[in-house]
Amino acid sequence: MENLISIFVDSVFVGNILLAYFLGMCSFLAVSKNLQTSLGLGIAVVFVLTITTPVNWLIYRYLLAPGALAWAGLPDVDLSFLKLILFIAIIAGIVQMVEMVIDRYSQALYNALGVFLPLITVNCAVLGVSLFMVERSYTFAETVVYGVGSGIGWLLAIVSMATIKIKLRYADVPEGLQGFGINMITTGLMAMAFMLFSGITL
Amino acid sequence: MSTALVKITRTETYRTVSDALWQNNPISKQVLGICSSLAVTVQMNTAIVMALALTAVVACSNLIISLMRKMIPRNIRIIVEVAVIATLVIIADEVLKAFMYNISKQLSVFVGLIITNCIVMGRAETFAMSNPPLKSFVDGMANGIGYGSILVGVSFFRELLGSGKILGFPVVPQALYDMGYMDMGLMLLAPGAFIVIGLFVWLEHAILNR
Repeated sequence: MENLISIFVDSVFVGNILLAYFLGMCSFLAVSKNLQTSLGLGIAVVFVLTITTPVNWLIYRYLLAPGALAWAGLPDVDLSFLKLILFIAIIAGIVQMVEMVIDRYSQALYNALGVFLPLITVNCAVLGVSLFMVERSYTFAETVVYGVGSGIGWLLAIVSMATIKIKLRYADVPEGLQGFGINMITTGLMAMAFMLFSGITL
Repeated sequence: MSTALVKITRTETYRTVSDALWQNNPISKQVLGICSSLAVTVQMNTAIVMALALTAVVACSNLIISLMRKMIPRNIRIIVEVAVIATLVIIADEVLKAFMYNISKQLSVFVGLIITNCIVMGRAETFAMSNPPLKSFVDGMANGIGYGSILVGVSFFRELLGSGKILGFPVVPQALYDMGYMDMGLMLLAPGAFIVIGLFVWLEHAILNR
């Protein structure tokens, strides 16, 4: 249990998927202009990560990992090199399915998240979390917590960036630094603030 | 000599390359593909390997997709593109594991993340789908080099200031350390990468606008 809490805190703050591993930067920079949309995209990412990471864990554990096909009588087969192509296919498939299910059952939620869902397939954070979960050989429970935590960490980062950008509109930024330059430096300062949580040990 | 130079600068290939390096650099101008680029810039050798892997993947995926562009049905093109790119990335990953095991361990998941790198998808979608193979190949090459130039530039400063080394060789003389000089630990952490790339873009803007 303590282990799970510490994975959660680590994935939200210290090991923030965006600020410590630079994943999901493209949509982070493109969408954080508006608070409302960044909140929508953030929630959609949490949603997708919560579903795809455990599913990818199951696929990896029972189909791809070395010796995983023992149940089918093939204990010597190692298909782990296929994980890249299978993970991205599964993410794309799940995103599509989630979109259809939401469209069918909750029109309000679809209107709020609908536009962002296709964008998430190419969000590096989603694939990144699945690959990290394999690399760190998490158990199933740890994977679920890690997926949710990373999503929340990403949501936190993009929402804080959107609010900082509102303040930045009134700031007098040197000409060459405007736009991309100042965004990167602001993100750097934010990453520094998040790193302060590394003192927490559970 | 100078006429030869003029001839080179007038060719289309040269223009594609210089465009991708300067006016339309994928990272600093189009804000694409930063996802996987920053995490590997702590040391120069990982950055160089990453840049080479990405260049190979973009160039080959552009070539293959351009060869198939007349056969791909319009509405499933994204899936086809992803499948081609993912296959190439798996090949790149296996090659790195076979010939540069230590570096591939350091790059860990970031080679795999080339699949979701926006540059690769972006070039396949905007350029390779509507241009002949050779031209697409050169375009992919140029964009890979443009991406690599930023990567290697950022990693140069991070490694120099962060650990006093270049490509693993110590370059800051011991005398400086004796006088009280210290390596800047911040450069090795994530915030260092963000700040260096911000300043880098500032420098580039300042040079281009003059």
